[in-house]
Amino acid sequence: MSTKSDILARALGWVSLALGAAQLTAPRTVSRLSGVDDSRLAPTAVRIMGIRELMHAAVLLGSRRPAPWTWSRVAGDAMELALLGRAAAARTGRRRRRAVAATAAVSGITALDLAAALYASGPRGRRPMRLRASITVNRPREEVYAFWRDLENLPAFMLHLESVRAMGERRSRWRARSPLTDVEWEAEILDERPGELIAWESARGSMVTTSGSVRFADGPAGLGTVVHVTLDYRVPGGTVGTAVARMFGEHPEQQVRDDLRRFKQIMETGEVLVSEGSPEGVRALRQLRQRPAQPVGSPS
Amino acid sequence: MKATCYAGRNTVEVLDVPEPRILNAHDAVVRVTSTAICGSDLHLIDGYVPTVKKGDVIGHEFMGEVVEVGPEVANLSPGDRVVVPFPIACGRCFACAEGLYSICENSNPNAGMAEKLMGHAPAGIFGYSHMLGGFAGGQAEYARVPFADVGPIKIEDDLPDEKVLFLSDILPTAYMGAEMCDIQPGQTIAVWGAGPVGQLAVACAYLLGAGEVICVDRHPYRLDYARRAGARTLNYEQVDVLDALRDLTGGRGPDACIDAVGMEAHDPVPAMYGYDRIKQALRLESDRPYALREAIMACRNGGVVSVVGVYGGLVDKFPMGSLMNRSLTLRTGQCHVQRYMRPLLERIRAGEIDPSFVVSHRFPLREAAHGFQLFKDKQDDCNKVVLTP
Repeated sequence: MSTKSDILARALGWVSLALGAAQLTAPRTVSRLSGVDDSRLAPTAVRIMGIRELMHAAVLLGSRRPAPWTWSRVAGDAMELALLGRAAAARTGRRRRRAVAATAAVSGITALDLAAALYASGPRGRRPMRLRASITVNRPREEVYAFWRDLENLPAFMLHLESVRAMGERRSRWRARSPLTDVEWEAEILDERPGELIAWESARGSMVTTSGSVRFADGPAGLGTVVHVTLDYRVPGGTVGTAVARMFGEHPEQQVRDDLRRFKQIMETGEVLVSEGSPEGVRALRQLRQRPAQPVGSPS
Repeated sequence: MKATCYAGRNTVEVLDVPEPRILNAHDAVVRVTSTAICGSDLHLIDGYVPTVKKGDVIGHEFMGEVVEVGPEVANLSPGDRVVVPFPIACGRCFACAEGLYSICENSNPNAGMAEKLMGHAPAGIFGYSHMLGGFAGGQAEYARVPFADVGPIKIEDDLPDEKVLFLSDILPTAYMGAEMCDIQPGQTIAVWGAGPVGQLAVACAYLLGAGEVICVDRHPYRLDYARRAGARTLNYEQVDVLDALRDLTGGRGPDACIDAVGMEAHDPVPAMYGYDRIKQALRLESDRPYALREAIMACRNGGVVSVVGVYGGLVDKFPMGSLMNRSLTLRTGQCHVQRYMRPLLERIRAGEIDPSFVVSHRFPLREAAHGFQLFKDKQDDCNKVVLTP
């Protein structure tokens, strides 16, 4: 769903596209209007700026949630203002007037970019990442619930978790691997209804802010158990952290679906099946970089 | 140990790889005594199955002797002689409970990959791409068999390997192809593809009560095999198949049509062949579906089109209008082999069918590359290659 800041960001994306196109196709006109047509380097510099603008356009128009990317435009604006400021200071007369006018125009755009970026990063923009997934397990509801409720079982199918240690009835200590470093936090069960629901939240002051719930329902026609999971994460590094993780193949959505598949395997068959392509288990990343499907020799 | 490995498009090599060991509690390790090259292996080495990696051990038709079992495998012991079904299935999920083993919900560790291409993931298959599990295949001296408590069938009498080996894939596949046709006594069935699956589908269609089976191909020696199984044959390079089938069925078309060709079909019309060949080479479509298009167009109104030929991704110019307006039923699936092994073994024991007639070449495993060459290029009247490690 697009927020207001996404709509604004997308509009700025179109501005980038128009500017970039103009800078690339008519660099001389742009240099004349900016008062820098006396420099031999100007057309090349303008073209480079044009390519930069098109890159902004690509991320702003290509992203599903473009608002946070507005910061990239702010950075570009700062660079442009610095160049124009130098150009204005070094010139006199008509060229100086044009350079000053261009600086003023860019300042206006900068203000708009900055506003959009700040707005996107405000309380509204800092929404947690929400993941949802469901699976149907061919086992009775009580059994499925009981396995999940023993939180120490979670790392057996949630591969990014290193360990979960129960500290009393409702409190537990979680340790997870992330692309950069290991993270630890404490979580508290907020609500539980045997056979129906478990909801938890990380304790205040934890490194990671996360909450989640898992609901259990009878499968259609009384066959098996439907498990619905909702997870909210505020990951270290925020949206940028998530984007970086995605680039490295750690698609959080797929990770949750794979976790649930492994949960189902354990419930139905008693273990997680591995193949020769990834004998140490399949994290989302591992599906991209498999070893050849050759037998795994004896450990030496 | 020696194993046949994919070595890039159109190349397989027999390489030295580690011997397998138990990785899961439901595993067994089998010393392979016979293994075969399947037509669907050709799609794989031709480069049309996504997510195959260099070095992958291929092969999914194999049998042998159990040498080791995991702690959860109670029904097998070392020394047992077994045939291994090509789909890997847990036996406990909803799909397995329904007898739909090739769409087992628990046997594909790389389900996420398959989901991206297909929406939902099918079962894992031995030696048949990473999207279908990333399992090492059976063209090797030894093979690891996951869920060995569910899949392998024990052969407790002295039936020779060649009579039972094809329980691993092509005989059940052919049988399911015929079974999906819902054959009523005396009906006419047409089979596209006179490869080993098509030949066995001819035999199975008769077993299930067909009055006449017509088989379509272009290789005379393969049509000879189909004729020996009892088929009337059509060479599509010599006759117009749609006209011929109309003539043979009183203008109505066959009651059911079986596509035993799959995604690398040929078309006698050069323009059509060129169109699909170019799109496939450019990866704009993954599959060339002539046999399927023709099977749909040929089928009588209200009939069944049964697809057991393998498709990988997307097809083009699919005659949906013909399928819809003429109330055709399209049925398909990778074979749920586990469902058919026992009853078909009984039929083999009773002498009702002997699938070993398809075998034309026997080589030691180390000559697998030569076997692939003959089979792919249809040289030396190559019909089916059995390899012995």
